[in-house]
Amino acid sequence: MTPNGTVSRLREASATAPPEPVAGALPLPRRRGDRTLWQETWRRFRRHRLAILGAFLLAVMVAAVVIGPFIYRVPIDEIDFKAKLKGPSWAHPLGTDDLGQDLLARMLYGGRISLAVGVVAMLISISVGTSIGAVSGQVAGWVDHALMRVTDLFLSLPQLPLLLLIVYLFRDVLKRVFGPEAGIFILIVVVIGGLRWMPVARLVRAQFLSLREKEFVEAARGLGAPPLRQVIRHILPNALGPVVVAGTIDVALAIIAESSLSFLGLGFPPDIPTWGRILFDAKDNLDFAPHWAIFPGTAIFLTVLSINYIGDGLRDALDPRKVL
Amino acid sequence: MSRYLVRRLLIAIPALAGISLVLFTVLALAPGDPFEELATNPNVPPEVRANLRHQFGLDDPIPVRYVRWFTSMLRGDWGFSFVSRVDVVTLILQRLPTSLIVLGSAQVLGLLVALPIGIYAAMRPYSIFDQISTTFAFIGFSLPTFFTGLLFILFFSIYLDWLPFIYRADIGGTGWPWLWAHVKQAIMPIAVLGLFQGATTTRFVRSAVLEVIRLDYINTARAKGLSEKVTILKHVVRNALIPVVTLVALQIPGIFTGAVITEQIFRVPGIGSLLISSILANDTPVIMAITFVFACLVVLFNLVADLLYGWLDPRISYR
Repeated sequence: MTPNGTVSRLREASATAPPEPVAGALPLPRRRGDRTLWQETWRRFRRHRLAILGAFLLAVMVAAVVIGPFIYRVPIDEIDFKAKLKGPSWAHPLGTDDLGQDLLARMLYGGRISLAVGVVAMLISISVGTSIGAVSGQVAGWVDHALMRVTDLFLSLPQLPLLLLIVYLFRDVLKRVFGPEAGIFILIVVVIGGLRWMPVARLVRAQFLSLREKEFVEAARGLGAPPLRQVIRHILPNALGPVVVAGTIDVALAIIAESSLSFLGLGFPPDIPTWGRILFDAKDNLDFAPHWAIFPGTAIFLTVLSINYIGDGLRDALDPRKVL
Repeated sequence: MSRYLVRRLLIAIPALAGISLVLFTVLALAPGDPFEELATNPNVPPEVRANLRHQFGLDDPIPVRYVRWFTSMLRGDWGFSFVSRVDVVTLILQRLPTSLIVLGSAQVLGLLVALPIGIYAAMRPYSIFDQISTTFAFIGFSLPTFFTGLLFILFFSIYLDWLPFIYRADIGGTGWPWLWAHVKQAIMPIAVLGLFQGATTTRFVRSAVLEVIRLDYINTARAKGLSEKVTILKHVVRNALIPVVTLVALQIPGIFTGAVITEQIFRVPGIGSLLISSILANDTPVIMAITFVFACLVVLFNLVADLLYGWLDPRISYR
């Protein structure tokens, strides 16, 4: 029986309190209507109305930036001085910028990169954090001590200044090696992810420390499961709940970090119009072209808001103490 | 307590050394050269450039440079800005007061928003007020400061024309008009940062108060006939604020980082905009010094948070 089954069954038991079978009556057959942890999470997540709304909104945004450029086929860099700084119209639904480039096309294209930065940076921070936390919590001893010192060190690094500094210093090298677009993307994603793994590492370590003393892990150990199997099959799946929540919030934070960088003029170059970069270009023309700043700003805001609500919903759904 | 303080300070020193090592390594590995400008300038002969490099010790091996840099930082000799040809310390001290005023007021504003709203929302959980304030808090911290800043400029400076959107440190004049001009230009940066801080803190205050308000001793206080006001202010809030104080102390370095963006939007001549301009100008000593100041702030306020927590909560023992 998987530990997932145990957890969800216990959780259900505490919520509705049916009489549990007598201890020792192993093995329990899986009943119909039994749910795994993730089915149960989804059932609880659906109760959080705003989280569902956020998920829907985010899905719309993702669909727009993924499919949008195939349907809306206006080029992002078509310069048309006759139509520069125009507000929304039928020809240009979101207006144009100072070179007469179509904003909708630019936002759809740039949105792909903004969202991709968020997701990839999150994946980096989550995988680094989970590995370090898992090693730290499982191996213990001096390895644990050393890794936690490194985590503390990274936690006290000043994030934004360092981010600015690294991106500024290494931009040209990576551009030369990987080409302008991929180079900056790799740099930004690695730096943002590399400065955000510490909370996850601490979370995972704490989970490991408590989980590895639990009876089901002891049982696995008693049945002769090697350490790696204990970790991958039994401890890690049960430690993932908080990591999922942290990962969701990390996507939002990474999107904000990238937009901040681009907004300060130290992120993507002007030919890669991420939402933050469009804002950077728009900020000096606020008085005669407010739409130029409002649309990308709103896009960032709505994305971050939806992700935060999804994170909130997941936190409630994964919190076993909360009755939903 | 004092032994704990000493031990905590002793931990802080290797932390700072570690941070400085990371910073220095990043800079040393980077391809940028502070003398690039001189290299492309045909009026500067190569010998002069080599001499300068030698004089500033740029040809020495990295560990030597690191030790020299770190010891001189500790002695208070923070070097010389390549660009503005002033001592780094002077430059930072020039910019710091503006930043401190804006950031301090923003933090105060944040608390003024967060405390009453958070406490009141927690007194009536899931009421209409609670739901509205929670929603606003969510919106508040999902709005990136660079976008709120632009929206404020759009509304208050361009549409209503009430407030100036460029911050000037050199406004002339005396007396009330001078003060009013200063207040007016500081309103927007303070509001942008303060509301963001407030939104984050509100949620935290609410959950901290909710944890305490359900405890038995609060029922006791009510049962013995204390007024609701006394119960909340003297019994609930006092204990609920312990984690909030810690959070606020831990937030302060973050505010400094947030200031980088706000200062850039409103062109506040503070330490954050100095950082951006020196990064763009490749002014290494200034970049190093400011980043190091930020790092010191993080370490310092971690320490402050630890000490405050123990001082406010006698259940925490110092060992």
